[in-house]
Amino acid sequence: MPADTVRIGGGAGFSADRLDPAVDLAERGALDALVFECVGERTLAFGHRDRMKDPAAGYNPWLERRLRAVLPACARNGTTIVTNMGVANPQAAAARAVQVARDLGLAGLKVAAVTGDDVTHLIREDTRLWEGGTVAGTGRTLVGANAYLGADAILPALEAGADVVITGRVADPSMFLALLRHRFGWGEYDWPVLGAGTLVGHLLECAGQITGGYFADPGVKDVQGLATLGFPFADVDPAGGAVIGKLDGTGGCVEPRTVKEQMLYEVHDPTAYLTPDVTADFSRVAVTEEGPDRVRVTGAGGAVRPGALKVTVAFDGGLLAEAGVSYAGPGAGARARLAGEVVVKRMRDLHGVDETLRVDLVGVDSLHGSAHRPDPGAAEDVRLRCALRSTDEEVAKLLLWEVESLLCCGPSGGGGYRGTLTPSVVTCSASLPRDAVAPELEILEA
Amino acid sequence: MSTRLLRDVAHARAGDKGDRSSVCVFVYDPAHYDAVAAQLTPQRLKQQFAGLLKGPIVRYDLPHLGGFNFVMDEALEGGVNASLNLDSHGKSWSSLILGLTVEVD
Repeated sequence: MPADTVRIGGGAGFSADRLDPAVDLAERGALDALVFECVGERTLAFGHRDRMKDPAAGYNPWLERRLRAVLPACARNGTTIVTNMGVANPQAAAARAVQVARDLGLAGLKVAAVTGDDVTHLIREDTRLWEGGTVAGTGRTLVGANAYLGADAILPALEAGADVVITGRVADPSMFLALLRHRFGWGEYDWPVLGAGTLVGHLLECAGQITGGYFADPGVKDVQGLATLGFPFADVDPAGGAVIGKLDGTGGCVEPRTVKEQMLYEVHDPTAYLTPDVTADFSRVAVTEEGPDRVRVTGAGGAVRPGALKVTVAFDGGLLAEAGVSYAGPGAGARARLAGEVVVKRMRDLHGVDETLRVDLVGVDSLHGSAHRPDPGAAEDVRLRCALRSTDEEVAKLLLWEVESLLCCGPSGGGGYRGTLTPSVVTCSASLPRDAVAPELEILEA
Repeated sequence: MSTRLLRDVAHARAGDKGDRSSVCVFVYDPAHYDAVAAQLTPQRLKQQFAGLLKGPIVRYDLPHLGGFNFVMDEALEGGVNASLNLDSHGKSWSSLILGLTVEVD
């Protein structure tokens, strides 16, 4: 690796991601920085819900375990950690991180909490939603709202010498871009390199999704060692070009196919990937194999950033009720279908429930597969699954009861009832002017 | 020409943002790019998955990478936090699209 490159590792791609590949990177990766991306539309909403119940909660539940596992190696190797594991409560997360550092004997470790993304106080009843209508028009109770902060919110923490930077909602690539801006001195308006750095962040932000995770399809895309999947790193040069790799001895693969899939993952227009930092252009990127598990990416560009910041607005969605019963052998599909019809009839006619009620035959037509209109007659292992979402707990419980009652009152041979009630949050998007959102920084020392 | 499962000539990945699903598709062999481009159109997806893909579909082409990026609106029954689908992220959309057939040389 040339001396003027910086090596950044992707230590997590979502809230519940594996821990051992990140520990391996921290110990053997010779990393300048390790980024843990742990927030999604779903997890942020849950963070708000947890914080409402307990003001000291609302951050990633694996934060303590993750830090306990990687901090010793990161401190030893001078690896900076940047993570959005603060979710809905970065300050509480930073306080916990300091406690972990003290427990590990890492006195003096500097932990930064980046806040300001929580814009719940700026959301009004007449705030317009991208989905159409206003906040009041949803008829739902507001849980919280977060603006996507950019690299400029994280940069001051790095300039202040933070060893661990904990944020709430930031755009995923911005965590990586902040590290690159800090290291290479890229300016706030250097659009082409900001676009290139955003590509690096985008490629690493889902961790194992570029090293062979979310990729294997036996027979057409075989991946060795999926159980010991290595997580990625990028060696980034001062012009923003990068080589993606993974550690020797780990499972998985880094090849042009994995890199290309990840490059367009959740990207819409490849000429205009919008982040708070830049309008990145991935449309002319060249992807070339440089060696075993090494792929070079060059040619990303960038243009002026969007004027407004994207905001995720979360509402109380009541309870998600899910319940199921299984059927096997000849006629299993027909029996499962009959069972579903019975549940719908009783929920509608007997209980007067008018919530949307979903009925799936797992093994036949769940998972968006209903477009194929498969014939359930042939299936011999079918599970009825019923689901609804309601703000009325009684309605949610009724669904579970009706599905369970199929055991004696439904079609023959039904077994394996399970039912769950899960608190639910629904999310919409909105925009706020950039100057309405003010990032803040607090630094704690272990 | 022969009829092939798209899965045999291309690979794909699905992602989501709100109620929008995006699926990128890459041909293995550049020789198949034009044929797939001609046959795997937004109209074809709309027709094939009628009732599920409710909004507009836009395809972005990246010929130098052998790639197509499909952006499908109102494709996720409200999105990850609102859908009652078991696969509320719509991760299975990549495989459903690879289940279509194409005529290639």
